[in-house]
Amino acid sequence: MTSPEATRHGPGRILILVYGVFALSATARAGVQIALQFAEAPIAYLLSAVAAVIYCAATFALAKATALSRRVATIAIAIELIGVLGIGAFSYAVPEDFPEATVWSHFGQGYGFVPLVLPILGLLWLRRTR
Amino acid sequence: MFVPLTWALVGLSLAAMAYAIALAARDKRISWPLLGVLGVVEVGLLAQLVVGIVQLVGTDRDVSGPFFVGYLIGSLLVLPVGALWALAESSRWGAGALAVACFVMPVVELRLHQIWVA
Repeated sequence: MTSPEATRHGPGRILILVYGVFALSATARAGVQIALQFAEAPIAYLLSAVAAVIYCAATFALAKATALSRRVATIAIAIELIGVLGIGAFSYAVPEDFPEATVWSHFGQGYGFVPLVLPILGLLWLRRTR
Repeated sequence: MFVPLTWALVGLSLAAMAYAIALAARDKRISWPLLGVLGVVEVGLLAQLVVGIVQLVGTDRDVSGPFFVGYLIGSLLVLPVGALWALAESSRWGAGALAVACFVMPVVELRLHQIWVA
């Protein structure tokens, strides 16, 4: 049993930084989309907003690195993984429902598949530092 | 966009990334020269923000203003926040995290370019 603090040290520093970059960009992107062009693709933009909230929650929970916040991070990252797999599959199956790309469309292809790899690494890291 | 400035920012960021990786590989902490290079990049990004907004106002092409300005402003946050986050780590992973932050800059510049020419 390691200290919960370990979550934010070592390789965790890099993991949390990448989460932070996605939290910042997803929040800004969703904000602009919803404020200025919501009617164009409401489902996609709402999903963008959901993704932004999850990235922010995961970033702060991982960075706080307490026993409780680790549980929050685990839940957030599990939802993130389900989201990227679900939206990724849906965007291939019914592309007409996804006229505007979200961060999770096509398993995060537009972002070098980082959105697909990130939750897997996140869950592995949480397990490793348990 | 002022292309020479963009290329200079990309080049400096990649050089800083290589420097940070070298520090991490030798188990060193983040050094002052590395932070100095990032300071220069940050000044360049500020200049790019001003130039970018002036050109956005002046262009008659259909550039997505909110996204363009959003990326210009967002680009200013990455290195300072990344550096603070990385400095709080006493192991080699601090320099590693800063290398990742440096890698984000060329990606942001690429996006900026795509938005500008779109």
